[in-house]
Amino acid sequence: MRELSLNILDIAQNSISAGATLIEITVDENTQADRLTVCIADNGRGMTPEQVRTVTDPFYTTRTTRRVGMGIPLLCMAAEQSGGSLDIKSRFGQGTTVTATFVHSHIDRPPLGDIKATVTALIRMNPQLDFCFIHTFDGRSFTFDTRQLRVILGDLPPDTPEVAEWIGGYLDEQEKILSGVLIPDEND
Amino acid sequence: MKTLAELQAIRDKAREKMTIREDNSEATRVIVGMATCGIAAGARPVLNAFVDEVSKRKLGNVVVTQTGCIGMCQFEPIVEVLEPGKEKVTYAKMTPEKVARIVVDHLVNGNPVMEYTIGSLLK
Ligand SMILES: Nc1ncnc2c1ncn2[C@@H]1O[C@H](COP(=O)(O)OP(=O)(O)OP(=O)(O)O)[C@@H](O)[C@H]1O
Ligand SMILES: [Mg+2]
Repeated sequence: MRELSLNILDIAQNSISAGATLIEITVDENTQADRLTVCIADNGRGMTPEQVRTVTDPFYTTRTTRRVGMGIPLLCMAAEQSGGSLDIKSRFGQGTTVTATFVHSHIDRPPLGDIKATVTALIRMNPQLDFCFIHTFDGRSFTFDTRQLRVILGDLPPDTPEVAEWIGGYLDEQEKILSGVLIPDEND
Repeated sequence: MKTLAELQAIRDKAREKMTIREDNSEATRVIVGMATCGIAAGARPVLNAFVDEVSKRKLGNVVVTQTGCIGMCQFEPIVEVLEPGKEKVTYAKMTPEKVARIVVDHLVNGNPVMEYTIGSLLK
């Protein structure tokens, strides 16, 4: 994968396949500690300890259309090649947390890429699920949570075109503020 | 800046229109392959292009959704179009550029774009 945001989309698909109703995605960038941490946590069906042990092996999958699962091994490889590691915590019947750490400045670390496209794609394909996205950069952060959105939206689904457009614009702005490209309004 | 007040206004406006939103049981389903193979081959921009194009044309009876790997990784990104009462059409090696034409010809006018289908790629 060319971008970590594509790995994130892919790992979130595992959560969706596992029947999760809430998926929390956090990206924590800390240039001081030279760390980038990506975490995808879900409340899906989880895995047994035995499954967790085998899951980083590309020849392990519960899918039936193809004999190999590539998603987790790919993320694991990306992390290890950039001086980091992958950790999976899972409890059968409760949920799974996949955490990948990277050395932020490592030459082989893939760029985060278009994280907005990943979050909007997830929401648009799964308006019935809840997503919480937190992006931290050197201590500053923003949170986007569809559960908070629903307080305002009521029964209006978040994939309603005008709402989806607002979400895209919002994420775009927040990402720009975080990276320092955009200065937030005083009166907001 | 995008504010919550703005979102409230969007909600109130959309609620007025809610009643004319068509019943989803009759909807056409656009299904994008979103397993690792699909995502690596470029499914994300294809999916987002479909959603943008569908909402731009206000096609209230089209649902865009995802599926896992269907076992033909070399043809990803794969998109299936399911219209009620019609045979499934499978598009292969999709790109965002192909999306606009599929939306106009197939989803709006009911004519599948044969040259983009997996069948014509296999020939
Ligand atoms: N969040 C999760 N919850 C429950 N089970 C999971 C989760 N993530 C992965 N698994 C299990 O681990 C297996 C391997 O996952 P992986 O993403 O590597 O491959 P895959 O999803 O099977 O196929 P691919 O990602 O290549 O399309 C899955 O088939 C599933 O059984
Ligand atoms: Mg997977």
